[in-house]
Amino acid sequence: MARRRSPAKVPSRAPARRPALAVWKFASCDGCQLTLLSCEDELLTIAGRMDIAYFLEASSGAVRGPYDVSLVEGSITTAHDAERIRRVRQASRFLVTIGACATAGGIQTLRNFQDVREFTQAVYAKPDYIETLATSTPISAHVKVDFELQGCPINKAQLLEVLSAYLQGRAPGIRNHSVCVECKRRGTVCVMVARGTPCLGPVTHAGCGAICPAYDRGCYGCYGPMESPNTTSLTGRWRHLGVPDAAIARAYRGINGEKEPFRKAAEALGVPMPGDPHAR
Amino acid sequence: MPVKRRTIKVDALARVEGEGALYVRTAGKRVTDVRLRIYEPPRFFEAFLRGRAYTETPDITARICGICPVAYQMSACRAMEDACGVQVDGQIRALRRLLYCGEWIESHALHIYMLHAPDFLGYASIVEMARDHQKIVERGLALKRTGNELMRLIGGREVHPINVRVGGFYRAPSRAELDGMVDRLRQARDDAVETVRWVAGFDFPDFEQPYEFVALRRSGEYPIDDGRIVSSGGLDVAAAEYADHFVEEQVPHSNALHSRLRDGFNFNVAGESAGRRSAGGTYLVGPLARYNLNFDALSAPATSAARDAGLGPVCRNPFRSIVVRAVELVYACDEALRLIGQYEAPPRPFVDVPARRATGHGCTEAPRGILYHRYAIDENGVIVSARIVPPTSQNQAQIEADLRDVVQQSLALPDDRLTLRCEQAVRNYDPCISCATHFLRLHIDRG
Repeated sequence: MARRRSPAKVPSRAPARRPALAVWKFASCDGCQLTLLSCEDELLTIAGRMDIAYFLEASSGAVRGPYDVSLVEGSITTAHDAERIRRVRQASRFLVTIGACATAGGIQTLRNFQDVREFTQAVYAKPDYIETLATSTPISAHVKVDFELQGCPINKAQLLEVLSAYLQGRAPGIRNHSVCVECKRRGTVCVMVARGTPCLGPVTHAGCGAICPAYDRGCYGCYGPMESPNTTSLTGRWRHLGVPDAAIARAYRGINGEKEPFRKAAEALGVPMPGDPHAR
Repeated sequence: MPVKRRTIKVDALARVEGEGALYVRTAGKRVTDVRLRIYEPPRFFEAFLRGRAYTETPDITARICGICPVAYQMSACRAMEDACGVQVDGQIRALRRLLYCGEWIESHALHIYMLHAPDFLGYASIVEMARDHQKIVERGLALKRTGNELMRLIGGREVHPINVRVGGFYRAPSRAELDGMVDRLRQARDDAVETVRWVAGFDFPDFEQPYEFVALRRSGEYPIDDGRIVSSGGLDVAAAEYADHFVEEQVPHSNALHSRLRDGFNFNVAGESAGRRSAGGTYLVGPLARYNLNFDALSAPATSAARDAGLGPVCRNPFRSIVVRAVELVYACDEALRLIGQYEAPPRPFVDVPARRATGHGCTEAPRGILYHRYAIDENGVIVSARIVPPTSQNQAQIEADLRDVVQQSLALPDDRLTLRCEQAVRNYDPCISCATHFLRLHIDRG
């Protein structure tokens, strides 16, 4: 499974010319690359400091590689894409995966437990038209990744930090702690302790700003597991709150369900995936 | 003399959301083949929604599209509430509409300024355009930011909002929090009026189609979150009847299913002005359809912006959809201001939606057109089956029909200009290919 690369390998100093930036899309919702376009106040500054050489969603002008920085969105779900990511890697000096799909396989990994080929044949008049692999895998399962930015979607400030760090030739200052720390900083009363609301915050990677508890709901883990999470303890806590095992398993098997700590936590509950042919 | 053959081909369409290609072949003065090829890989949402809890649909289906997550959340909530026999109205409904306005503003500003306008002005991107039109680009970015701020305030964040739940919201904003948006929305409304004026001055090819428009309609309001499904051909049905009137079919060159109006379903065939059912049941959803079917429901500032731009109540030129989208931008800002003006925080931010074994339907107006969801759930609220029909798969067949006619009319253009014209014809629809492909439906009967 993908592991966080830390500390990130960065070039010793920023190159003298404007570095070329490329943005690539694989199986995804577009939301993480949209985050770059949503930097309304910074977009033109970024364009001044970096040459946006390839960004299909934003521009019809494409500059050939090599690229200094490649931002990669989406997971690998077809043989064609498995080949394409190799070419992207070859053309890229520093490759950053952005978001849960690229970093963890994304929500579409929920298919991994199911027999996709069987489904396709059972449904389509012409299943041969559909080209798909049985699994959705993160970019790191295919090529070397220099830095992984977690989150569904990624956080704008974290994206800007990664780009700034690259330009300044330093490692990105992305912290590894849990969402709980962000709640404390924000002054949000713990929803699990004070109100008994099940929350994945204690095992989830920070970066979102702990928005869910601030909106009176429990964290649902969209930033994926933090480093060395204690899922056993959290599972016990959720059980204590009266959450059925099937619902706990579903919570772990969400957007980052294939990330090892969450996958193992779900497996430990012994609840089969819905649609798993081997479970029946 | 041999017939001259031409091939117009774009392998990777730029400035659209997702991955698509277009391919047109001509022989002499005849268009022989038109394909909008969608190669974006499918993600099988409808398959893996089975077995999940009904309460999870707003969080899961939002991930279908990073550009219009609110649309997915709203259609999903409405379908689940319909299944459970619960009606959500009053201030909770108003808050949903307000959140949706934020998404319309963000998405329309994105399309007008970043994806579409560069075509008309001859730039590859907004960054290039900014070199010559700094002030205009800044206005577009400011509009987009205001939409995002509204979504962030109500939804918690702009991409994949976290505050939406079946039955309403986790937390309702206070009156004071919403009041903080008023000045920015007033500015956005002024900027939107300027946007209409700006885009109305672009050069548009002379091109009209006898579209069958399909949109929601509900008396007294421009459709966003609710309404019956109506068409310019006389269709007028509830969301629950969607499947009786629309079919989806698989075509070899696309990973997205094509939608068509069912054959033999013909109203009002007589009057051209009332809409002619086009061959093959193609139809159009999105701003152009909403505008033509609901012109009377636009607010006064939106109507006057349209009038000043020379738009009447009917517009059948898809290249002018950028003007219509800008008029909707005025409307969305104006409607947001109206909703904030009469907002009072509800005593409880959601209503209870107890599960029961049933099937529910939900249809709302995503920025790109109607988005239909249907779910069957069991007595514990576990999803048994899911069906989702996004706007772009509904528009696909119509996009191909437009391409065919655009090429037919523009055969005199040299290849490079004809290619650009074709790309524009696709971008007129603001296609969201990420949405369209993520719905290859898988049904399995395990007996």
